[in-house]
Amino acid sequence: MGKQRVKFSFPEDMVKEPVIHKLGHDYKIVTSIRRADVREDTGWVILELEGEDAEIERGLAWVGTTGVRVDLVSGDIVDG
Amino acid sequence: MAFVNGLKCRECDREYPPEALNVCDFCFGPLEVVYDYATISEVISQDRIAKGPLSIWRYRDLLPADSDDPVDIMAGFTPLIKARNLGKQLGLNNLYIKNDSVNPSFSFKDRVVSVAATKAVEFGFDTLACASTGNLACSVAAHAARAGIRAIVFIPSDLERGKIICAAVYGPTMISVEGNYDDVNRLCSEIADNYPWAFVNINMRPYYAEGSKTLGYEVAEQLGWRLPDHVVVPTASGAMFTKIWKGFNELACLGMLDGVESSSFGPDQNTVHHPAVTTRMHMTQAAGCAPIVTAWESGSLQVMPVRPDSIAKSLAIGNPADGIYSMRVVNKSAGTAYAVPEEEVVPGIKLLAETEGIFTETAGGVAISGLKHAVDSGAIKPDDLTVVYITGNGLKTQEAVESVVNPLTVKPFMGAFEEAFNQRGG
Repeated sequence: MGKQRVKFSFPEDMVKEPVIHKLGHDYKIVTSIRRADVREDTGWVILELEGEDAEIERGLAWVGTTGVRVDLVSGDIVDG
Repeated sequence: MAFVNGLKCRECDREYPPEALNVCDFCFGPLEVVYDYATISEVISQDRIAKGPLSIWRYRDLLPADSDDPVDIMAGFTPLIKARNLGKQLGLNNLYIKNDSVNPSFSFKDRVVSVAATKAVEFGFDTLACASTGNLACSVAAHAARAGIRAIVFIPSDLERGKIICAAVYGPTMISVEGNYDDVNRLCSEIADNYPWAFVNINMRPYYAEGSKTLGYEVAEQLGWRLPDHVVVPTASGAMFTKIWKGFNELACLGMLDGVESSSFGPDQNTVHHPAVTTRMHMTQAAGCAPIVTAWESGSLQVMPVRPDSIAKSLAIGNPADGIYSMRVVNKSAGTAYAVPEEEVVPGIKLLAETEGIFTETAGGVAISGLKHAVDSGAIKPDDLTVVYITGNGLKTQEAVESVVNPLTVKPFMGAFEEAFNQRGG
């Protein structure tokens, strides 16, 4: 079992979609929301995912296909 | 010794001991260093600083390092130059350039890495690491060499040859990662979680970022312990931008600026704003990667990540960790944020080189073209005391300005020379 801290950024057309619910329902991943700011037209959610590494990878790959952007919690690691 | 009480989450205020941590366990917010300013105020003075080394370590009372023997390759105390020619061209009578391109590894990164490397040694790490598009890798490799510890630097496989050589010469273990930008980010994040290394911009980040405050201290000291009316800062993650502002406010609150009364830091050291600090903070990003400027222009409080596509690779951070905090500084200081069109980056480099004899990298081109816009838009007035930060050296991004190479080729005879010279028009 592994854990991953991620940030989901929602574009306007995805704000109303239950992406996090589906991630927990369709994949064997436990989601724990830590911080969020969701408005009518955009939003972000910071959460911890727990599950098998391969399952987390599969789940995040699916999230990426929905149009929701997946990033690391602490911002980009690659620096100038 | 350091006057540090510990670390504190910037979002939920939870406190942590001063260890190799960068994210709050509870809310995943960033951790910041908390200082014992009451004790600092008893020891710090302009005289004490003046007697210090000609490096960032002259401000050691305000840096989070315990060691009396920091990892110092003499980063900092770089020139602040009155830019008469550039000023004349832009219509500014009091323009200064903070030329940080002359640091030991040729970028401002030496400031932050010197602090991170010092903390890494204090914590007992034997490896200093980073993921970088150039400047940071050079600085990490150089400081690890100085500290006598191992350096491991991760670079994208398509990095320019010049930058690779600049880092490789110090003898690090260099890992060239095949994949796109997101792949490199993800891999390095996983490695940082699984190896006991000091990643300067991950687990050392709270300490690392504090090194940028010295860009604020030095400008104040070099101006005779006063602050400029404006600063123009090229911005990537937003960390340097916020730390320059923090540096100005620390000096004011500690009574270090001439004619300014000291005052309390209040409950939140990172957002303190002394009323005497009236410097307007102008942020510049390249249009190909301007998530903070985009958010600021739209009046949004959310910085939406972008996929970088910019000539200014050292500023190409699509998911800026300090985006929201730097936007708050722009607002608090009545500053501006501007995205420099990509086609104006190289003209900015050339303008600085041709007027002041300073060869900067693409980030400097973003700063100069951003400065020009701030003047043209009326945000900066002719007599305002203005400082523009030049953070990296042009030798690292020579390919960006290859088109300037256009020599007059002549045969080795006076007649041939004069004919060709006159044809060109002198």
